[in-house]
Amino acid sequence: MWNYERRLQYPVNITRPNAKIAKIIMTQYGGPDGEISASMRYLSQRYSMPYRKVAGLLTDIGTEELAHMEMIAAIVRQLTKGLSADELEAAGFAPYYVDHTAGIWPQAAGGIPFNACEFQSKGDAITDLFEDMAAEQKARVTYDNILRLVKDPEVCDPIRFLRQREIVHFQRFGEADREDCSK
Amino acid sequence: MMTVNQMNQAQLLHWIDMVSFAVVDITEYLDTHPQDEEALKYFDHYIDLRRSAMRAYADKYGPLTIDTANPENYWTWSAQPLPWEGGNC
Repeated sequence: MWNYERRLQYPVNITRPNAKIAKIIMTQYGGPDGEISASMRYLSQRYSMPYRKVAGLLTDIGTEELAHMEMIAAIVRQLTKGLSADELEAAGFAPYYVDHTAGIWPQAAGGIPFNACEFQSKGDAITDLFEDMAAEQKARVTYDNILRLVKDPEVCDPIRFLRQREIVHFQRFGEADREDCSK
Repeated sequence: MMTVNQMNQAQLLHWIDMVSFAVVDITEYLDTHPQDEEALKYFDHYIDLRRSAMRAYADKYGPLTIDTANPENYWTWSAQPLPWEGGNC
């Protein structure tokens, strides 16, 4: 069961559309280390997690990842809104535009569709928690790469927030792997 | 410090974002540190701020959550701005 809150976890207010960077950032929606992968990974793994507290942590972090998914979609939406077909084509966005116009669809930056094979739910507590720690690091590196490629401060600000959350979640999953949480 | 009733809509939303973030962050911390007394106090503090800010926002500007919706003659829940509309709208 979930309830929706009609706000973003962290504000996204972009005033300069730029389809070139939208194409890059989209990867954190439906790419290999994106927020959909993150959320589906944790929310799927929790059912077989033998420790109630750790299953609770997977639920809470998996829920926060849904809010991150929405932030990335908001960034991509605002970066592409109102652009003409010519402007989108000049930014290298024509292959996406022809299939999706300005709709939000989960794919990696290189155009590969979202695929559940990007994450694992192995049904083994240690295996899943180590996967989760690795996933947080992979997402953190992707955000680092985005910050090297993107200079607009209105875009970098929410990206920095999301990068920080990867570090905190890595820490929480590491703690979940310790004795306290298995009681 | 300004009270939630003195804040304009943008200030109140910003305040809600801040106190709600504190709640999310400490919730995940408490999941792995359930007996940390300081963290439990921190949670109590911010969850109260969040509850009163959510109620104040719903009363003045419309509900952000269905639990704070209080419709009189119009269904304001679906009329609220969508969170991804951003600065250009």
